Amino acid sequence: MYKVLKATFITIWSLFVLFPIMWAITTSFKPESAVVNGATFIPFLEYQPSLIGWKAILPGPDSLTNLLTPTLNSFIVTAGATAISLIFGSLAAYGLSRFTYGWKNYSNADIIFFFVSQRIMPPVVLAIPFFLLLKELKLLDTHLGLILVLTSGLMPIVVWLMVDFFNALPREIDEMAMLEGCNPIQAFFRTILPLSKPGLTVAGMFCVIFGWNDIFFALTLTATKVLTLPVAVIALNGTVTPYWILAASTVFSIIPLVGLAFVIERFLSRGNLGGAVR
Amino acid sequence: MTLTLKNVSVTTEKDGVILDNISFEFKPGRIYILIGRTTSGKTSLMRAIAGLLPIDSGQITMNGEDFEDKPIWERDVAVVYQQFINYPNKSVLQNVEFPLLRKGLKKSEAREVALASINKVGLGDYLDRKPAQLSGGQQQRVALARSLSRQSHIMLLDEPLMNLDYKLREQLRVEFKEIFNAQKDAVTIYATTEPPEALILGAEILVMHEGRIIQYGSPTEVYEQPQSTTVARVISDPPMSILPVSISAGEIRFGDGYSQPIPAKMKNFKEGHYQVGIRANDIVIAKSGGEKGTISLVEVSGSETLVYVDTPAGEVVLQMEGIHDVKVGESISIELPGNRLFLFETNGALCVSPDSAGE
Repeated sequence: MYKVLKATFITIWSLFVLFPIMWAITTSFKPESAVVNGATFIPFLEYQPSLIGWKAILPGPDSLTNLLTPTLNSFIVTAGATAISLIFGSLAAYGLSRFTYGWKNYSNADIIFFFVSQRIMPPVVLAIPFFLLLKELKLLDTHLGLILVLTSGLMPIVVWLMVDFFNALPREIDEMAMLEGCNPIQAFFRTILPLSKPGLTVAGMFCVIFGWNDIFFALTLTATKVLTLPVAVIALNGTVTPYWILAASTVFSIIPLVGLAFVIERFLSRGNLGGAVR
Repeated sequence: MTLTLKNVSVTTEKDGVILDNISFEFKPGRIYILIGRTTSGKTSLMRAIAGLLPIDSGQITMNGEDFEDKPIWERDVAVVYQQFINYPNKSVLQNVEFPLLRKGLKKSEAREVALASINKVGLGDYLDRKPAQLSGGQQQRVALARSLSRQSHIMLLDEPLMNLDYKLREQLRVEFKEIFNAQKDAVTIYATTEPPEALILGAEILVMHEGRIIQYGSPTEVYEQPQSTTVARVISDPPMSILPVSISAGEIRFGDGYSQPIPAKMKNFKEGHYQVGIRANDIVIAKSGGEKGTISLVEVSGSETLVYVDTPAGEVVLQMEGIHDVKVGESISIELPGNRLFLFETNGALCVSPDSAGE
């Protein structure tokens, strides 16, 4: 009985969650007639699937807008911000996990809170300062500028997650590495980092999701040269762009993340710490 | 390579005094056993030598060269912990090779040394396994192979057999003796809580208590002449029974009760209060007379039976060969043979031991 209830609940909930995505996917393959003359559900029976939505967002004769360039921009910006955040964030987290810093009454916990506090402010508060800063640095509407701004938001997440992760790794491993001739930096890169794949994967995944989906900074700090995918999709204004094209563009913009989720799922196994310390 | 400790002290806020003014000279080619209870400071002393525990005062030198300024990774100290530590992402071979490569050996040399070391601990068939795929004993062997292959000048082993099963312990103890003796130039320091281990390894013994070294000597010396009741308790397994006694009128009286003629060796001591110690295997069941008591606990281990007896003078532990049918709550009379008694001052200092030179 319990099992049946559980299965029913999960099914209903899954349908609820998946419906919008499924609706977007099916709409992206519908021809004009199947959208404007009331709802249609069953392909081939109620409507003939067509690629007109997809043709409109990709380069070609029927192209309305080209989403490939924004995709590339999004890719550069997300990858750059994620890489910087992971490298410096995990180094900072390792230091905070293994060494004690302090000044007067402030300790490691306060430093960690300082990092996390970066995410307490709503981004809108930062928009003008960042705009002026990038303007002075002549980094407005550049990949680097957007990467730096995103990094300021992503690195706290990495620090926060990785401090916890490193705290869970036995300190004896670092000690052993140091006894065996590694200085702390070598100990980190040679023994701790290889053990941190699951943690880095999770942190990196958060970075990619937040970076990829960022619209606010991309909208305020770039104009034409560094148009990112979310901005380009939003630019396809709903009042003038047909629904099937909108649907195709949203589906297009989530494909990379969905693909990524499948790829990194296998890195998420936690089992690689066995046999460190008994 | 002589390792010298001069007035080394460590105090922490949390645990108070951990090491209390320790001075000692460790000579190369010898094995030193640190023996003491769990909180006696054995591990702390090793961590201080390795550089993992900063010292508050005093000096640690290696051949006259101050260790203070040397970071951990330049000290060349090999350590085996009681929890075995291996790099979980590296195979057995890579684990053993790692410190060798760090030390600057060429890839081929490192492999050769590592293989020799792995074969020595009998893991030649498991080169490509990850630590998690090995049993506990095998993991500890990997940790051992890693430390032994380094040929460090200082080898620290902190209760390395603690987590292993009985049979493996016996086997490794014998292997240790060979391995340590082969390291002619190294100082080997081995911590244990188990007296038999100290005696079997046949090294010099340092008895530690509350952060101090309270006795140093050969195993026989420490065993036969424990300088205090603390040493006597630590070095004897099962622990030595220690009872208050008084000496008067040619008799030695246990607590307020049973008395027996004073043994010859104790005749010269003034009348007054003392403590006597006696090892469990020296106590016998009295045929008549003797100290009466009640059995409070019986432990049978197959080859021997340990009987804990509550007597008016205090608790006495009695060890008998074989299995004996005694029950908790029964009363029993025991005899404490005068020629096996250790006599201590009331403050714990040794007056005379059964093996002291005669009068």
